[in-house]
Amino acid sequence: MRLQNTLLGTAGLAAFLLLGEAVPRLGVVKEEYFPPTSRIARALADELSDGAFWTALGDTLTGWALGLAVATCAGIVTGVLLSVVPYLREATASTIEFLRPIPSVALIPLAVLLYGSELRSVLILVVYAGFWQVLVQTLYGVQDVDPVADETARSYGLGTWARIRHVLWPSALPYVFTGVRLAATVALILAITGELVIGAPGLGARIGVAQNSQAVPEMYALIVVTGLLGLLVNVGARTVERRALAWHQSVRGEVAV
Amino acid sequence: MQELLGVSGLNKVYAGSGRRVEAVRDLTFTVEAGELVCLVGPSGCGKTTLLKCMGGLLTPTAGEVRLAGRKVTGPPPGMAFVFQEYGRSLFPWMRVADNVELPLKHKDLTRARRRELVADALESVGLPDAAGAYPWQLSGGMQQRVAIARALAYEPEVLLMDEPFAAVDAQTRADLEDLVRRLWRERGITILFVTHDIDEAVYLGERVIVLSASPTVVREQLKVDLPEERDQVHTRVAPRFAELRTHVYEQIQAAKRGAGQDAVVTESSTPPLH
Repeated sequence: MRLQNTLLGTAGLAAFLLLGEAVPRLGVVKEEYFPPTSRIARALADELSDGAFWTALGDTLTGWALGLAVATCAGIVTGVLLSVVPYLREATASTIEFLRPIPSVALIPLAVLLYGSELRSVLILVVYAGFWQVLVQTLYGVQDVDPVADETARSYGLGTWARIRHVLWPSALPYVFTGVRLAATVALILAITGELVIGAPGLGARIGVAQNSQAVPEMYALIVVTGLLGLLVNVGARTVERRALAWHQSVRGEVAV
Repeated sequence: MQELLGVSGLNKVYAGSGRRVEAVRDLTFTVEAGELVCLVGPSGCGKTTLLKCMGGLLTPTAGEVRLAGRKVTGPPPGMAFVFQEYGRSLFPWMRVADNVELPLKHKDLTRARRRELVADALESVGLPDAAGAYPWQLSGGMQQRVAIARALAYEPEVLLMDEPFAAVDAQTRADLEDLVRRLWRERGITILFVTHDIDEAVYLGERVIVLSASPTVVREQLKVDLPEERDQVHTRVAPRFAELRTHVYEQIQAAKRGAGQDAVVTESSTPPLH
């Protein structure tokens, strides 16, 4: 069954690549704007042998990772604090609902005003976008603490800190992971958008340069790289999640007793 | 024998969203050191509310709970709780041994002593090999054994058990009842066991407290004069067992009908032989 699925998946991908090769060659679309797969592949190989490409990739990943780390820490700490301190959640709920839907890209002018085309501008966008994902999931997660588990902890005289550490945190963890996974994807989108629009160094800026210099196959090659990055981020996040939540029902499945 | 646990004039009213529910009206009873007392009452009579007030998890509206002469205002250190919902009361992210050890961590014990208590408690409930397993890898009955082990390792003066066997199958239930009897006799802890099962109350208890329907008062206190050595096969067919269970059954039925609310017998000792 699994082998069959893998085979089907590979066949589908191969068909897609073949289509990408055939359609421009048959003249259905202009080769100028839509180069065939083989040309994109060659451009990609050229990119991979270029030192500047690797620098750009490093810049993008730095912005992404730093931003995600800040957003995750801030989101978790704020989420736990808002839930643990009485009245704080009610007091902040409407403000959060107002700030959360603001698209991060709307902050681009502000970021440029503050920091110009530096890494810090990208970080603002990435952190803003990722923060809400983590915060909201943490808030949900903390709410999902089983009352029986909490009463058990209280009946055994566990203090506030011990209850946060041993009950609240593990209960909220599955939600936090979902938040981080979502934030990781959004952070990548924002990092590349920021570079593309602001011109901060990174893959986004390189895509912009390729476009401006009519290097169409190179542009596609870079787009493919961003797609692969997104894929890796998702697979990586899921792997970490599976390991950390081996005890959770969603991961362990039904255990035969 | 002296009073270890005392409840006097306990009243609990849940007020909220325009509704006012008096779950417990006026409860007064005591449990002596080393006793095994069963609380039984019609379903929905506020047993869980009472137990949570006793465990310091809920604040009573009026009246007080005393443990060893001291008023209970929060979860007291000398008390351990076993919940009905074992699956939710054990932490799935911790192995069995860690679950049992967690409450000990804020007690002033050395690591070696904690280990010893955990091993001893697991041995006592018949699960010496389960230490490394996760709770969800065990059957329901085994999980409740782990919860009992956690309570034992805590070395409480009083063990409060809130319908602990209501969710396990009948055969497992019989084993667990015998386990509670054995632990009580071996360790000399005081146990207050809440149940809605009349047979279970009579089989387990040295004394049975029958509660009225909500709003709850004590309807009757009954001494169980069965021999200390009890077993599932013989005790349950003993004529005295049948008499006692019939008596309690009638009391509960009367409580359900709400009869005798104002003529509640609170201190009858043992019902006459039929």
